[in-house]
Amino acid sequence: MTRTPLRPLARILSARANGENPDTIERENLRLRHEELRDRSRNRAEGRLLLLGVAFFMAFTIIGGRMGLLAASQPEEPRAAATGAEILNQRADITDRNGRVLATNLLTHSLYAHPKDMVDPGRVARELAAIFPELDAEALQKRFTDGRSFLWVRRKLSPEQMQAVHDIGDPGLLFGPREMRLYPNGRLAAHVLGGASFGAEGVHSAEVIGTAGIEKALDARLRDPAKGTEPLTLSIDMTVQAATHEVLEAGMKMMNAKGAAAILMDVTSGEILSLVSLPDFDPNDRPQPLVGAKDDPADSPLFNRAVQGVYELGSTFKIFTAAQALELGLVNPETMVDANAPMQWGKHKIKEFQGKNYGPLLSVTDVIVKSSNVGTARLALQIGGLRQQAFLKSLGFFDATPLELVEAPGAKPLIPARWPEIVTITTSYGHGMSASPMHLAAAYATIANGGLSVTPTLLRQDRPGPGNRIMSEKSADAAVSMLRQVVTKGTASMGEVPGYAVAGKTGTADKPRPKELGGGYYKDKVINTFASVFPANDPKYVLIVTLDEPVETSGPEPRRTAGWTAVPVAAEVIRRTAPLLGLRPAVEFVAPDALLAANAIDE
Amino acid sequence: MRPVIYVLSFLAVMALAFWAYRENYATQQALREVSGLNREIAGLREALSVQRAEWAYLNRPDRLRELATLNFDRLGLLPLEPEQFGDPKQVAYPPEPLFNIEQPVNVSGEEEPL
Repeated sequence: MTRTPLRPLARILSARANGENPDTIERENLRLRHEELRDRSRNRAEGRLLLLGVAFFMAFTIIGGRMGLLAASQPEEPRAAATGAEILNQRADITDRNGRVLATNLLTHSLYAHPKDMVDPGRVARELAAIFPELDAEALQKRFTDGRSFLWVRRKLSPEQMQAVHDIGDPGLLFGPREMRLYPNGRLAAHVLGGASFGAEGVHSAEVIGTAGIEKALDARLRDPAKGTEPLTLSIDMTVQAATHEVLEAGMKMMNAKGAAAILMDVTSGEILSLVSLPDFDPNDRPQPLVGAKDDPADSPLFNRAVQGVYELGSTFKIFTAAQALELGLVNPETMVDANAPMQWGKHKIKEFQGKNYGPLLSVTDVIVKSSNVGTARLALQIGGLRQQAFLKSLGFFDATPLELVEAPGAKPLIPARWPEIVTITTSYGHGMSASPMHLAAAYATIANGGLSVTPTLLRQDRPGPGNRIMSEKSADAAVSMLRQVVTKGTASMGEVPGYAVAGKTGTADKPRPKELGGGYYKDKVINTFASVFPANDPKYVLIVTLDEPVETSGPEPRRTAGWTAVPVAAEVIRRTAPLLGLRPAVEFVAPDALLAANAIDE
Repeated sequence: MRPVIYVLSFLAVMALAFWAYRENYATQQALREVSGLNREIAGLREALSVQRAEWAYLNRPDRLRELATLNFDRLGLLPLEPEQFGDPKQVAYPPEPLFNIEQPVNVSGEEEPL
């Protein structure tokens, strides 16, 4: 671009010659130049605006077009993408701690009918009733012909039944896919698993929802689509559970008990390795709960005695009194306490079992070994009600257990509303307040764990955190050693299992009579409990065995004490399960022949 | 020169059309295969879950216990008991070779002096 000078000499000279002002020429030129500059920049700005406009227009057109396409087109899955297993699993599996399946899903079919499409409703009804005995041909025919256009016939069909229905060959009978919950082990862990049923149902699928146990408590986790392929791992060991179940069932029959419960717990992590409650049920075919006015829900097989059964646990509580007295430094295991029975307290008389008298003085260890009510009561009076309450609270006896079962929060311990001294006395030997065997297991685990609190759990713990300190290791060890002596020379002598140094405490509590039958306690109905810890020198497991209304009839008169009923059953459970848990018995080795014996001496 | 370019470009268009036609059908075929495979995978997954359930059902402790009882003559299986834990000392190792006696002098030489 050529730049024109503002004052061209030729025009200046001619202007001067004509007597004009040369400055007007300069101004005129300056104006022209400015106009030119203005036009150029306006052009550039217009170009930019146009470009931006076109860009925006295209962007909006693309977005609008895409939206229109999405709105107008048929939805379709990308066909080339690979499908994962996530879609198939509507509900996560449940496995035991070693990955063996406890609950899984199975694809079956449901049967529904479109009566308007039926060729011969009468024949269909007859043939269906022949395949499914629980269906009534006449009622079915009435429902087929009352004008409705849709009805469910059955929720689940086996493949054989499905084929049989196919063979009826009526166009009005239709199948829909159904994912059903399957418990391959049947009754084995029925109370832990609970059961499942269908929620919202459609023809093409149905919701599977948990109805009890861990299936309901962790329903959200099991149904979480993000974790559908990842099984829920429980702390239960299936082998141990099977052995416990077998032994407990045999023991319950042998002791003529109405019910039984067993809990086996790891004392460091609080993991429950086995939880059995008898009688039990098949979670694949969960029975209806008892709803009659006179029915006691505790008589239903659905009732989980280990968790929901809130009982007076009897003498098993005495060790807590003794342990607290040791912890407070009031006594040591050899201190002599007054155990002169019967003990008069106000209008109450505290007696020993069968009116015996172990007194006048007993060492604290012997109070536990002989299970002296009076001795324990004296210890409790030394401790005092407030401190006793605080200690029992720290052991978890005042709240429901935090177990991952839907039944657990409902099983609150029964605590006396007021705490006068007579309650302090009765609570010290396990009467007047009620708790579940699960509470007892957690509290015994705390003692066995060297005084660190233990939270019972049904989920496998890979890195359990240490609990709070409830009592010193020294008092806890002293308490375990007292429990050991109960087995070696006390009320639980049948609990000795060679090699496993069982320590434990028996408890026999009379069953309370319902108010309608006069209140008070039954004379011939008891709940027997044996709370044990093994091996005593390095406690690893806690086992609680509870028998409901047992009676041992091998002697001349029926025996109803825990030492004769719950203890032998617990001993057999330990004998069977301890090897499965990988515990080596600490037995002196007997050489099978002289040669090897000589070798052994040489070394 | 110009007609040659026209002919060549026409041929190129024809070739590309033929190629696109083949690609289209090959893609459709591949998609059909994929959906067939997906169906097969879904079926196999379903079969797998059924077989897992069946395996768990066949291995349920009740049944294994019954089978062990039925076949006791042949297998002799009993529940694990504490007595079955062994000790390395119970293993019969081969005895150490006896001291080789060749000459009576050797023997007297090994004796401790009185």
